[in-house]
Amino acid sequence: MDKYPNEQYLLRQELNMGKYQDEQHLRRQLMLDKLFRLVTRGFAFLVLALLVGIMLSLLVGAMPSIQTYGWHFLASSDWDPVGGKFGALVPIYGTLVTSFIALLIGVPASFGIALFLTELCPVWLKRPLGIAVELLAGIPSIIYGMWGLFVFAPFFGEHIQPWLIDHVGEWPLIGFLFQGAPMGIGMFTAGLILAIMIIPFIASVMRDVFEVVPTMLKESAYGLGSTTWEVVRYVVLPYTKTGVVGGVMLGLGRALGETMAVTFVIGNSSNFATGLFEPGNSIASSLANEFAEANGKLYLASLIELGLILFFITFIVLACSKLLLLRLKKQEGKPT
Amino acid sequence: MNPAIYRRRRLVNALNMGASMFAMVFGLFWLAWILWTLFAHGFSGLHANVFLKSTPPPGSAGGLANAIYGSLLMTLFGTLIGTPIGTLAGIYLAEFGQRGWLAPVTRFINDILLSAPSIVIGLFVYEVYVVSVGHFSGWAGSFALALLVIPVVVRTTENMLRLVPNSLREAAAALGAPQWKVIMHVTLRSAKAGVITGILLAVARISGETAPLLFTALNNQFWNSNMNQPMANLPMVIFQFAMSPYEDWHTLAWAGALLITLSVLSLNILARWLGSQKTASH
Repeated sequence: MDKYPNEQYLLRQELNMGKYQDEQHLRRQLMLDKLFRLVTRGFAFLVLALLVGIMLSLLVGAMPSIQTYGWHFLASSDWDPVGGKFGALVPIYGTLVTSFIALLIGVPASFGIALFLTELCPVWLKRPLGIAVELLAGIPSIIYGMWGLFVFAPFFGEHIQPWLIDHVGEWPLIGFLFQGAPMGIGMFTAGLILAIMIIPFIASVMRDVFEVVPTMLKESAYGLGSTTWEVVRYVVLPYTKTGVVGGVMLGLGRALGETMAVTFVIGNSSNFATGLFEPGNSIASSLANEFAEANGKLYLASLIELGLILFFITFIVLACSKLLLLRLKKQEGKPT
Repeated sequence: MNPAIYRRRRLVNALNMGASMFAMVFGLFWLAWILWTLFAHGFSGLHANVFLKSTPPPGSAGGLANAIYGSLLMTLFGTLIGTPIGTLAGIYLAEFGQRGWLAPVTRFINDILLSAPSIVIGLFVYEVYVVSVGHFSGWAGSFALALLVIPVVVRTTENMLRLVPNSLREAAAALGAPQWKVIMHVTLRSAKAGVITGILLAVARISGETAPLLFTALNNQFWNSNMNQPMANLPMVIFQFAMSPYEDWHTLAWAGALLITLSVLSLNILARWLGSQKTASH
């Protein structure tokens, strides 16, 4: 037999096969591509679903309490597990007041730190100081709580509080805030510890937004003879104000939901605290203290409704923060 | 130039700069105080038994071995569950997220979840998992921790993938690589250091978290390696022991606090070092 045609035939056969395999391979890869896209899309969707899931599950869990109390839950200050009466006013009040104290102390401090790090600090110190501030954010909240309970509260109650009660307590108008027994723990201590905890978050956002201010703007102001403070006050702050407010809101969101540090030092009392030194309660701390032992459907549902309220408040605060920061980002690069 | 005005401006400037320096000292003061307390109390309580014995009843000697083991186990599973989900979602946002409504909305929601109160995550897992299973368990704790890992990983994965130059993707595509291969073998690989940094940061975050474990893993006084049982973990043991009136429990709580802080801080430093490696090589 002639060898030649046979070989050619085989070769052609092989080529055809290869073409077929190539096509099949291509089709398979295209399908894998589509699958990959779909899978990653699914997981992105999962993140979204997580939020909806949290809201829905809390809503379902809180149903018995919502049905029993309605809006009255928000306005009632009774919290009596034995008698089966529940109202959210005291924990909500405690959460808001401690977070407010935290902002009052934390915002100026963070602003000062961000200002120092961007405008004043010598270059060689920038990195170590930046890391030190971020270390504050790295310390777990339970450590803040322990330190607050065992070290800060006794010190505060023994050395600072009596003085404040004796002196500031006499002042008209705000004096009543500083009255009470010098116990160390209470609303003020909780607020102060929250302030220390949110400083790194606010300071790092402020520092980041201060650094996006175009150098040209700042140097023009310096060239006109401005002092550093005037540059910050009239150039940096107006340029970054949305970002600064966004950072403050982020800190507020953190402070509202902080659990362990507050639980240790707030005193856990379900009475209405009128003074800063009185023990109180926050939403997160009542959850931490009571949830595991809560028995009875209504008790549990009331606690879950507290969680729902907390999630709702922080959601709004954090969404505002995010929107403000996004706005600053859009403005970046545009002439102002 | 009016000297009175000039003097006033200088004064205002000096006052504000002084206040700024004071704020810096204010921040460092608390850091130093907290760390000093922690080291002073923690090292005195740290001895071999801490790693060898389980949590004791008050008044007798013991350690934290079961809590350390439980914490490691739950952190491990939390990371293992959360990381793939977070990475894949991050890939979608970075690689396919230019068009459509899903990506911007997810990005927004993810940033909110990043700062959402962790105690609410615990409540969610309680509602969804603990109630339906009927008991607290190590798995529930892991799930809660996984939910905290996801936003951190999503965020860092997306940011890191966006730093990869487009020419790299185009070069791979021009060689005929299908998109999934481009992403998995080229983009993701070149962003590897950054993605791992994100995972380390997430581990650092969850290893100190207490609130989500309160109603999920609960606590256990004994050695337990069954993830379907309530499980001891360092943060909960610290919480319980610190709130108790017993002196020896306090000592153990300080030792545990020191262990947690050291591991969280060293993870942070490791992550930072990895991150700087990456930028240095570019």
